Amino acid sequence: MIRSLPKSKGYDTGFLIYVIIFYIFLFAPLIVTSVLAFNNSDFPSLPWNGFSLDWFLSDTDTRVGLIHDSTNLQSIWVSIQTAFFVSIFSLIMGTFGAFLFEQENFKFKQGLYFLALTPLVIPGVILGISLLLSTNSAGTFFDDKFGWDIGILAPSFWLVVVGQFSFISTFVLLVVSARLKKFDNTLEEAAQNLGANRFETIRYIILPHLKPALIGAGAVAFMMSFENFNTTLFLVGSETTLPINLYLQVRDGSTPIINAIAFLLIVVTSTLAVLNLIFTKKETE
Amino acid sequence: MNRHIKLGFFIFFVPVILWLFLLIVLPQIDLLLMSLKFENDAGKMVWSFANYSSFFTQKVYWLTFARTAIYAIIVTFLTFVVTFPMAFYITKVVNPKYKGFLTILILMPFWVSELVRVYGWMILLRESGVINYFLLKLGITHQPIEMLYNDASMIMGLVYTSMLFMLVPILSSLDGMDDSYIEAAHDLGASKFIIFMKIVIPYAAPGIVSGSIVVFMLTLGDYLTPNLMGGKNSLWFTEQIYNQFIESFNWNQGAAFGFLLLLISSLIIWIGLKISKQNLAKALS
Amino acid sequence: MNNVLEIKNLKKAFGDFKAVDGVSFNVEDGKFFSILGPSGCGKTTLLRMIAGFLKPTSGNLLINGKDMLGVSPNERPVNLVFQNLALFPMMDVGENVAFGLKRKNIPKNEIKERVSSMLQRVQLSGYERKKISQLSGGQKQRVAIARSLVLEPAILLLDEPLGALDLKLREQMKIELKKLQNEIGTTFIYITHDQSEALVMSDRVAVMNAGQFEQIDTPVNLYANPKTSFVAGFVGETNKFEAKKEDNTSVSTKDNISFKSIFIDKDITDNCHLFVRPEAIALMPKDDIEGMNYFNLKVKTILFDGSNTKILATINDGSREISVSLPQNREFAHIKEGEIVKAAVHKNDCKCYKIQL
Repeated sequence: MIRSLPKSKGYDTGFLIYVIIFYIFLFAPLIVTSVLAFNNSDFPSLPWNGFSLDWFLSDTDTRVGLIHDSTNLQSIWVSIQTAFFVSIFSLIMGTFGAFLFEQENFKFKQGLYFLALTPLVIPGVILGISLLLSTNSAGTFFDDKFGWDIGILAPSFWLVVVGQFSFISTFVLLVVSARLKKFDNTLEEAAQNLGANRFETIRYIILPHLKPALIGAGAVAFMMSFENFNTTLFLVGSETTLPINLYLQVRDGSTPIINAIAFLLIVVTSTLAVLNLIFTKKETE
Repeated sequence: MNRHIKLGFFIFFVPVILWLFLLIVLPQIDLLLMSLKFENDAGKMVWSFANYSSFFTQKVYWLTFARTAIYAIIVTFLTFVVTFPMAFYITKVVNPKYKGFLTILILMPFWVSELVRVYGWMILLRESGVINYFLLKLGITHQPIEMLYNDASMIMGLVYTSMLFMLVPILSSLDGMDDSYIEAAHDLGASKFIIFMKIVIPYAAPGIVSGSIVVFMLTLGDYLTPNLMGGKNSLWFTEQIYNQFIESFNWNQGAAFGFLLLLISSLIIWIGLKISKQNLAKALS
Repeated sequence: MNNVLEIKNLKKAFGDFKAVDGVSFNVEDGKFFSILGPSGCGKTTLLRMIAGFLKPTSGNLLINGKDMLGVSPNERPVNLVFQNLALFPMMDVGENVAFGLKRKNIPKNEIKERVSSMLQRVQLSGYERKKISQLSGGQKQRVAIARSLVLEPAILLLDEPLGALDLKLREQMKIELKKLQNEIGTTFIYITHDQSEALVMSDRVAVMNAGQFEQIDTPVNLYANPKTSFVAGFVGETNKFEAKKEDNTSVSTKDNISFKSIFIDKDITDNCHLFVRPEAIALMPKDDIEGMNYFNLKVKTILFDGSNTKILATINDGSREISVSLPQNREFAHIKEGEIVKAAVHKNDCKCYKIQL
């Protein structure tokens, strides 16, 4: 049943068949989506009419390829910007949190730590609507009392960034904390003994130690933001992100341009995923 | 020196507090307050339980709610059943040479956006989809079968979407399990079934609980998969919330639904943690 | 006495690497048998073949006269105490010990009785409800042994179970294990790289090197009459010299000192290894004893270690430092570093072996 125990044929072949079926189940939707991006057809379905790059390149009345589709290109650009800001902000906040909970002691630390973890167990939809409600209340409040019109308090690009930031920070916090736990505190003491102050210690001793975790967490934060749907749905303004934009197209009937976008996403994300895995593996070895 | 430490502490403490209170606590409180307000016949906002009472009096609301909770539990269980053998195979059965490769392979699809994966299933399963194409070609059926838009396809889609979050914690807990536990149990006369039930699963229990909590929460709060893969009459509770917010523009009713969803998800997670004698910090790390 | 275990020409190869390369031996019922060797010598592989976790490439393995090839670990009348003990962390002590009995569908009352009497035997009465994490290292040890012994195996296999303990506890557990084995009478096969564990506890010890047995003997014989250069060097402390044969009764070392000696390997022609134990060297001996090698020692360092005090010295003006045990009676407590002391060693304590690769 494991490598060192006597083998039984039925068990082994049964297991192998299960594993093969599992991987087919896992990859079938992605492979089919990718393949159909290159089908010379107006619909994302079989039969196979031959290879074509129309859904990437063409610019005719019936087929508008991705590079000429300004709505989709625009939404990709919005998503990249969103993910960029969200990953920067959550890296900073998550790291602050990790330092706070791993290296400082204060009253109610346990309670605050519990609170810091909750964003990961609050459903994304709830995060979205509650933020929508409260920013709306705040917006109305400022408008009524002071006559201020604060743009960030209405559904908009920055509200999406804030909404995603609110739970992705927790994710970063967990990853960085795990790495910080492995930090040998005597190194910090040694640095201080040699005359470094707290900030120099962090800058020269602790941050280099955290580097692999920061890179890994940053990559995952970027992906989480880029792909987020549930929270974004309620906060999005006129600048739609890619997942929202794709959702609207899929819901209302689609053309293979979605396959083309999906294909590019699959290629880019799996390359990133493999790079990230290899990188983190190297660092931990 | 003391002042430096104090200053360092506040540099970490203040942003974290602002993040948690402004973006997490305050919006949830606002959600609760909003849900307790009701527009009376005179068009004035008054404190009232009306939003909650309409939840209990209108069958469609609480039925959807119960259905969502029950299905989320079923999905969590199925996800465990499907992924556990894979985690066991990768960590304990397969030749260690292939372990890294299989791990990367199994994690890779989950980096691709949920929307792309759901879309892949849609073009596989729908009436004009790839599977129907082959079934007709092979003469297995003569009429295309609609395999999308029903509860089964929705559950399958949810399981597919959530597998990663079950796999990763189980993989890591089984990876930490020394083979000698299984060898010892076998040496002491235990059958495969007993080894799984008494040794392997109890050992992996912390991983299983963490995985289940995350899967349950994500499923409960998912909007995309139920919306795109479920049938017209298999409403998910998040869709009710969406309808109240975006379509009926009844934010107070929506807030009540949101708060109920938050309650049930917290409750079930709490029960899960109590049963398994774990705490949230441990389960998420 | 009948043999509980018979092994004939057992081999195990991993690809080109021969982990166990033709081992044959018998173990008599009720004995404490140790397999002693450096790490990587193949002893764990051998043990795992006896337990059934590895399939031999060739050879025979009989337990109580029955062929064990193709019999899975759970059907062999042997139980293994794992190196890391493999106590199930999710069960308490009682459940761990009862685990194997439950698998045999033994009635609950009987299980309870047998578990508690077993725990009593390993001096852990009343520990049934304790968690594994609450036990000390030595207690875990005893639970692991109890868990196996309660199944009344023909042979108990132990895979370096004392390795993880600290020195003091290890010394204590050595004695406990030996007592326990004496009392219960089950055959123990114990593998270790620690010669003191093997010598103290065992009735017989097999010294293993590079997949083969060098010598199987009683601890006393192993120490007094090692059969090969490897055994002479591995078991007990010794001084090893590179030497050249001069004639049939003497060799000379690299420092050109001649020793009257005996040749254990008869086919030595030229280069060989000469072994002299530190305690075989007598200080200030009587003159003119037949068969003695006389020389002067120049004391370099005194290594004080209570009853085990030694000096490091060179012979005459040679470069090679040798270690010499001081008698416990403080007779030579006056010796200082830098002094020159007369010393001697009998030719029967100067043993020559051919060079082993």
